[in-house]
Amino acid sequence: MSDKIPVTVLTGYLGAGKTTLLNRILTEPHGQKFAVIVNEFGEIGIDNELVVGADEEIFEMNNGCICCTVRGDLIRIVEGLMKRKGKFDAIIVETTGLADPAPVAQTFFVDADVGAAAKLDAVVTVADARWLLERLKDAPEAKNQIAFADVILLNKIDLVTAEEADEVEARIRAINPYAKLHRTKNCAVPLDAVLGREAFDLERILEIEPEFLDDGDDHHHHHHGHDHDHHDHDHHHHDDHHHAHAHAGDGLAESGQPHVHRGLKHYHDEEMQSVSARLDGDVDPEKFMPWINELTQTRGIDILRSKGILAFKDEPKRFVFQGVHMILDGDLQRAWKDGEKRECKIVFIGRHLDEAAIRKGFEACAA
Amino acid sequence: MTTTDTTSLTEHVTSLSLDAHVTAACFLGERAAFALGDGRVVLATSAEERQEIAAHEGAVQVATHDAAHLYTGGDDGLLKRIDAKGAQETLADEKGKWIDAVALSPSGAIAWSAGRAVKLREKSGETKGITAPSSVRGLAFAPKGYRIAYAHNGGASLWFPNAQAAPEFLEWKGSHLDIGFSPDGRFLVTSMQENALHGWRLADQRHMRMTGYPSKSRSLSWSHDGKWLASSGAEACIIWPFADKDGPMGKAPRECGVRRARVTRVACHPKALVVAIGYDDGCILMCRLADGAEILVRRNSAFTGPISALVWDKAGARLAFGTEAGAAGWLVLPSG
Repeated sequence: MSDKIPVTVLTGYLGAGKTTLLNRILTEPHGQKFAVIVNEFGEIGIDNELVVGADEEIFEMNNGCICCTVRGDLIRIVEGLMKRKGKFDAIIVETTGLADPAPVAQTFFVDADVGAAAKLDAVVTVADARWLLERLKDAPEAKNQIAFADVILLNKIDLVTAEEADEVEARIRAINPYAKLHRTKNCAVPLDAVLGREAFDLERILEIEPEFLDDGDDHHHHHHGHDHDHHDHDHHHHDDHHHAHAHAGDGLAESGQPHVHRGLKHYHDEEMQSVSARLDGDVDPEKFMPWINELTQTRGIDILRSKGILAFKDEPKRFVFQGVHMILDGDLQRAWKDGEKRECKIVFIGRHLDEAAIRKGFEACAA
Repeated sequence: MTTTDTTSLTEHVTSLSLDAHVTAACFLGERAAFALGDGRVVLATSAEERQEIAAHEGAVQVATHDAAHLYTGGDDGLLKRIDAKGAQETLADEKGKWIDAVALSPSGAIAWSAGRAVKLREKSGETKGITAPSSVRGLAFAPKGYRIAYAHNGGASLWFPNAQAAPEFLEWKGSHLDIGFSPDGRFLVTSMQENALHGWRLADQRHMRMTGYPSKSRSLSWSHDGKWLASSGAEACIIWPFADKDGPMGKAPRECGVRRARVTRVACHPKALVVAIGYDDGCILMCRLADGAEILVRRNSAFTGPISALVWDKAGARLAFGTEAGAAGWLVLPSG
């Protein structure tokens, strides 16, 4: 295990309940010590020993990459916090309601010192069940935060009817079908639903499947045709997934139990979508690497998140990658198991993605 | 590294264990002073004889010193002055905002930054302030004339505290961190987020780009004659020639102390063309600029962490050091 400090990023539009979640995390009897980085103009009343006011300074990197922005204040603060190493176990970064999560996440990949000291654990987005639909129409920031999330708390669920909740959830799923979603009142979730997710750990990207897999469902907007041949296979993998997350107290979303999501409508968001593609067998890394680099370099502004698990020709290990806009992070992971079907899967979440072109480009990488 | 073919000064080193990140070190008279990541300042005359001062609630984030005082800035927002007897005085209180940078003028004024606020306390006690375009991580007084340079995102600014005019802005894209003037005041150099140094020749604001570092160069030190700038950030101390009117333009830097470890701190000797080099494996070497000859000061150690502080006394007779994991000590050069 690395001794890098895990960092949880809390996002959410104004008034969704970020501070409620933050105080809940801080006051649970977990024995952990947190360093909390909050916007200095944000809400006050955070009950923690180590609270750092940040300025959300977004710096462009002078490296020719136009969407490569980092949080300069975060680099400074993480460096300063490391002087107190051993005095805290984890860092929580609370962003302002209008913040784009990307610069925060990119900071951990772009800045070598920050990356050596700390690791991004997950982006947790708190959404207001009552107002999210309005915000998705008028606030691009709110949509970014949903699209970027690894974990979504659909909060204030007590203020809407069951039908309204289903409607909001379906709209969220149209943008981001991969995040773990929890319906909450006062952000009441078990702590392990939001902390220790290791969502950015390549070793833990075991499977990439939408969270709303319904048995026999053939309405997945971005999970087309040829997937369905492999449904049995999917479920086998879900079992594996469960073993790996044996600690999970949040089986509800994690298990993707059909009854939870039964009856959800499937929407298509005109602006922000996810595109997934799958190939049986191997891809040729000599084709795939140039393609994915080209795609993320040219379309990186629109691609918020990406992930993939790949079987490279003549390579016994799985290749796993993830990306934030133009920044890709990939590595060979565990070996393909005996009897495990070699296949390749990629997922993108972003704006105005050209699904047909992505699919075609990916398929052309087949070995 | 073998020690048989390298001259060693290790037996002249006094070692301490301080149990916290060493932010800065200096000598105050006979005593060595260490400012720590748990808010303490430790004054020591030997390994056994030491005085501990609770200076800050959080960590000492930054520090500077003159011959008689250590000045510490903490993440508790306090700026303190500590003397050789351990007496402390609070010079400023930024109400919980971190003190991010601190610098002393030759005439005894002190400047510090907290976020975007840059402040100055004259020797008389009068304070002035200015707001930078972004958070300031580096501050320096010009060696002559009453000017303060501060580094920020997008360049550096030169502030004349006694003039009404707006600060002079030296633009260069990217985020600038540490900053320093050459001893003759002709050049201003910053370290950057982008693993590079940037320099300006102040007479005509001509740019100098010093690149090729595999990591950030966060420690800069000018040779006593002002002709060389030593820097950290590579697996050697990178030394840029500044003797010519064009500075290092079109010239390759020298390297010394090449090892398979990253240089984290550098400190030029105040009287000789010798640089002390601290590495991320805890090793310290002294290197002669003329021929690259090396002398071992401290062996590498798997447990004590990267060198985080390295400083000579004014006479160049003693060298104090500290590490991220809380090891510290000092070398007394054998006389003769």
